[in-house]
Amino acid sequence: MSEFQTVFGSLNDYTKGELKIINDDPKHYVFSNIFDVASKSKPYEKVVVAINLEYVIEAVRAEGVSDWFAVAHDEFAIIMDGEVRIDLVKLDNPNAVVAPDKQGAVKVKGEPVGKKMGHIVCKRGHQALLPAGAAYRFTATKTGVMMMQTVIGDLSVQKWADICYK
Amino acid sequence: MSAAANVLVNASAPSNETGYRTFTLGSFKISRDEYFVHVTWPAKGQQMKHIMSADAFLRAMMRDVAWGFFYGWVNFDGMVGTRNKYGQVEFYAGRYAPAYHERGLDLVETFDTPLIMATFKAILEDFTNKGFDPFAAPDETGSSWVGKKNGSNSEAIDRQRQACKRMPGLPGDAELRTDSNGYPVNRAFADVVQDAPEIHAEKGFENDVHAMNLFAYLSRSDVTWNPSVTSVCGRSLCCPTTEEYILPIKHGNDRVEWFVQLSDEIEWEVEDKLTGLPRAKAIMKAGDVAAMPANIRHQGFSKKRSMLLVWENATPELPDMYESGKLQPYPVNF
Repeated sequence: MSEFQTVFGSLNDYTKGELKIINDDPKHYVFSNIFDVASKSKPYEKVVVAINLEYVIEAVRAEGVSDWFAVAHDEFAIIMDGEVRIDLVKLDNPNAVVAPDKQGAVKVKGEPVGKKMGHIVCKRGHQALLPAGAAYRFTATKTGVMMMQTVIGDLSVQKWADICYK
Repeated sequence: MSAAANVLVNASAPSNETGYRTFTLGSFKISRDEYFVHVTWPAKGQQMKHIMSADAFLRAMMRDVAWGFFYGWVNFDGMVGTRNKYGQVEFYAGRYAPAYHERGLDLVETFDTPLIMATFKAILEDFTNKGFDPFAAPDETGSSWVGKKNGSNSEAIDRQRQACKRMPGLPGDAELRTDSNGYPVNRAFADVVQDAPEIHAEKGFENDVHAMNLFAYLSRSDVTWNPSVTSVCGRSLCCPTTEEYILPIKHGNDRVEWFVQLSDEIEWEVEDKLTGLPRAKAIMKAGDVAAMPANIRHQGFSKKRSMLLVWENATPELPDMYESGKLQPYPVNF
């Protein structure tokens, strides 16, 4: 056994850290916890936990089967807890599903039309590419939490006052 | 003088006493002895002098070089450091120490990036003794930095920062880390699961369906406080890193920077960027997310090697947007 124990978080076992203010406003640090956010989220709700101009990091509760989504740019998902299958479809006509200049993910109406690209099964710590021009769907075989690197879009939810120290 | 990449580095002959050279950068002189690095500069007709432990100086300068002067200010301590002007770099002493600055005892000089980079690399090469790795945790590299000039450690100080174009492991992109390419699991992450995602790609999509074990990748990092780039979404860069002991510099932000604590715990001390006066402490645990505003400097303390995802926005206009007041120094109003 290693003399070191690496501590990861999970939906069922996390401790939110502390912010000790000396001479500042706690809101400036926008301090939240991904597991805390996901514990209060609806399945696949895309809650923004970090934002820098149009770019965002979202915390997503992975539970059950998601809708199909599509993006005009690459996105990345890091599985922070649980086990998630990601199905990918190369859209025959991606511009008809999501405009090339559209930012963030959009829901695909019905089943995506295109070739099956394959699927990935990810566990904690795994990072998957969600490529531009593809549709993707999550299936959580174990309820978990994902961190998404993306661009703010219509589905992004900002509720800072509910998730951050103030 | 020695030539590096067609840039002249101003260095003395090795000292008869210690074996180390003295370097001149503009009006600054930088020298070392058995224990300490000395930085001197002229101000108000006198020669000012600052002293740092040589190991702390080398750890700080190593990050500045490896990060290409990074985003904004890299304070080696409360007195000396650099400010990246993207094409040029300021080197300063006392500028952000109010007692010096208010009395005109500070000095800031601006250098073309190739000159200051070549000088810093030459200093690192000369001041780093055999066996000392400025990227390693103290527990890993010991005290071979002490003493007179004793060999060098080019292998350690010439490491390249690992930055992917899209995501490591994709064809033509950065390699994944394995035992066979020189990245064994670090002793502090021996318990991190090394499994790989199951990838089931249909024919023709083998290069498009892609995933990696990010935590395993990080567990194999051979450096501390040196972010790699593991995913690129436009100008949004995920730059995870492994942290142990103390961030060797105080990073002064020229833009908002975000931290996502992936494992374990880091305690951050946050100070005013210009004065160094304390503003906050953030104790971040696994899953925590926090912004570092654009008007602060920060330093982290990690008692156990931990995984931190530094999230950066590489938009080149950002520093001017904050400097001009177009953007407020913190990311959200709520």
